[in-house]
Amino acid sequence: MSWKLVTTGAALAVAATALAGCAGGATSSDGRTVLTVSIDPGLDKGAVAAFTSRVKQFETANPGIDVRTEEFKWDATTFTAKLAGGTLPDVFTLPFTDGRGLIQRRQVADISGLVRALPYFSAFSPQIAKAGEAEDGGMWAVPISAYGQALHYNRSLFTQAGLNPDNPPSTWDEVRADARQIAQRTGQAGYAEMTTDNTGGWILTTLDYAFGGRTEQLAGDQAKSTVDNQQLVDALGTLHTMRWDDNSMGSNFLYDWNGINQDFAAGRIGMYVSGGANYGSLRAQNAIKPADYGVTTLPLVGKNAGVLGGGTLAAVSASAADQVKAAAVKWIDFYYMRKQTDQAAAVADAKTTADSGEVVGAPELPVFDKAQYDRRMGWISQYVNVPVKQMAPYTDKMFDQPLVPEPTKSTQQVYALLDTVVQKVLTDRDADINALLADAQRQAQTLVDRG
Amino acid sequence: MTVTADKPAVTTHTRPPVRRRRRSPATWVRGGGLGALVFLLPMLVVFTAFSWYPIVESVVMSFQQTNLITAPVFVGLDNFRAVLTDPLLWTAVRNTAWFALLALLFGFPVPLVAAVLMSEVRRWRGLYSALAYLPVVIPPVVAVLLWKFCYDAGPNGVFNTMLRAVGLGPLPWLQDSSSAMVSLVVEATWAAAGGTIIIYLAALTSVSPDLYEAAEIDGASVWGKIWHVTLPQLRGVLLITFILQIIGTAQVFLEPFLFTGGGPAHATTTILLLIYDYAFAGTLGGDYGSATALSVLLALVLAVFSALYFRLTRGWGTS
Repeated sequence: MSWKLVTTGAALAVAATALAGCAGGATSSDGRTVLTVSIDPGLDKGAVAAFTSRVKQFETANPGIDVRTEEFKWDATTFTAKLAGGTLPDVFTLPFTDGRGLIQRRQVADISGLVRALPYFSAFSPQIAKAGEAEDGGMWAVPISAYGQALHYNRSLFTQAGLNPDNPPSTWDEVRADARQIAQRTGQAGYAEMTTDNTGGWILTTLDYAFGGRTEQLAGDQAKSTVDNQQLVDALGTLHTMRWDDNSMGSNFLYDWNGINQDFAAGRIGMYVSGGANYGSLRAQNAIKPADYGVTTLPLVGKNAGVLGGGTLAAVSASAADQVKAAAVKWIDFYYMRKQTDQAAAVADAKTTADSGEVVGAPELPVFDKAQYDRRMGWISQYVNVPVKQMAPYTDKMFDQPLVPEPTKSTQQVYALLDTVVQKVLTDRDADINALLADAQRQAQTLVDRG
Repeated sequence: MTVTADKPAVTTHTRPPVRRRRRSPATWVRGGGLGALVFLLPMLVVFTAFSWYPIVESVVMSFQQTNLITAPVFVGLDNFRAVLTDPLLWTAVRNTAWFALLALLFGFPVPLVAAVLMSEVRRWRGLYSALAYLPVVIPPVVAVLLWKFCYDAGPNGVFNTMLRAVGLGPLPWLQDSSSAMVSLVVEATWAAAGGTIIIYLAALTSVSPDLYEAAEIDGASVWGKIWHVTLPQLRGVLLITFILQIIGTAQVFLEPFLFTGGGPAHATTTILLLIYDYAFAGTLGGDYGSATALSVLLALVLAVFSALYFRLTRGWGTS
């Protein structure tokens, strides 16, 4: 055999191997259905151990399914790339704002038949269920958690600034005064605001609701953008004053969700607005000291004011084969839902999580009803390890505040527009708030019309 | 007076016509053609899969509306119209041009001066080269994270602490529309200068020492040697690095994406970031048609610019 023939054959073999490596499948070598599920990136060891234990429990209960984990958390800047590239895990989570749009475009799998068979299917709060429903009422994405926005604050910074951490601010004037005092006495940001990756729009809409405004008006299926409203002018005016007159907002005006959590946990931020259930992430990803953490309700201004509420959906990749879809719904039921509806599952989940040193009992809003939520909290009470007393300013009142769902049409795109508005106000002393909002409304209407 | 009288007498040497023999497939195989093709095959597959096919697919997609899952719809020139009427496009073009200009001001002379100085140094030249090249070795994302740390706009940020020591600052760096782009360019120059310095150093070694000796005999100063010998000898390399820099800066993405996400208030949104935003910031499937339409337009502009540049500078080569 000539040397030329040998090398040619070797080259062919390498090429063939490389091409073969591109192939994949929904079944493992031992004939089990392979299911890829998502795990939050950047978790500490305990959180990963808790997740792994849950995976093992699931595989024991479902011997025909081989669960593989993949780090994934919905992020505005990478989600569409992964969706388009087909690299999302089989089961992934997304915010309520994107559910109906993705379902309309058939970019998630139709699992409505499988979900309808779940025993608690009819018990979902109708308001919450809507986020995952197609036009015909079929549930393509399962609401797994809901939240209302809250004001998180650092108790240690409050103490250092001479404020009483057991008496957090309950009006925006008090937020402003406390922020100024924190900035002056500690040198840290008294109040900070997310501004990038659509989070600026998310928080600005939250402030608009809290001041009594709305950014969208619905008439049937038609939506009108009302971003340019007096309440949002007032909210932005408050931010402008805190930034430029009080100098109480620190020096970073390009925060995203991760960045602001990180700085808050590190004691560089006195107060910020985010989802009420944020404590779990702050512990697992940012190692916040429990003693530092405090949370209270958002101050509401006037009769029409409300708290922005949203949540998370679990969906299945549009390219999943039938057996993968079935396995995916089993996982959603096992990992996300049963702990909310079944005592044994709730206790098992809470025990596993608490044993790994992770958070049990962070305040969430119920996806079913309050009675079910209270029952569940009763089942897991012995495992609750969050600083309950420090959360009382929020948990005592969270069910009393009117919850207003997020805007429905082109929500994330409009949030992106508002990112620019809030960035401009925080980085340009001469920003013309009225002109910015008028321009944003014009652009938002175009986006809303486009659907 | 006749025109032909001015022409020098030209002697033309004509080669006898070479008849190219057509090789039969069997001859081609026996001559090692098949083996060469097989060795080439992996690269052909890789290039086809990851370069040529996506390029063709992008051009096709620029005339379509698609979410990459359901069947695409042909929309003619709608995507190009949408892109060209988007007010953000002109903001992005302005920002990219501003980045390119700043990058030329900082990034073109700095490596050249550094390379000339380093070529003059007798000792430790290797060490200086290694130090200059070090930033290129650091992964870009890590470099950006490090610089982000340094650009902290608080009074205790790294750069602001240094400025405070000389009674200046604090500066807002990335947190202000007027300083954000300059901050990006400084980092980009730091990150890329090492590669260019190495190219210039290599080119400098090819400059004949006789030329410098002749210049010295003529009484040329150091500056005179650089101006009359070094720069003319480097002209070819300078022209290439100039066009590469223009093409590179027109496609700047990493720095604005990682440092500022295009903010504050679109002050650092560049053309490539806008393309990315068209495609991926929507979170609901993106506007891939507009993204590819703008990509095609950018590629065309750069191709035309490159062609014009090479045409206009054809006579400026080293020789």
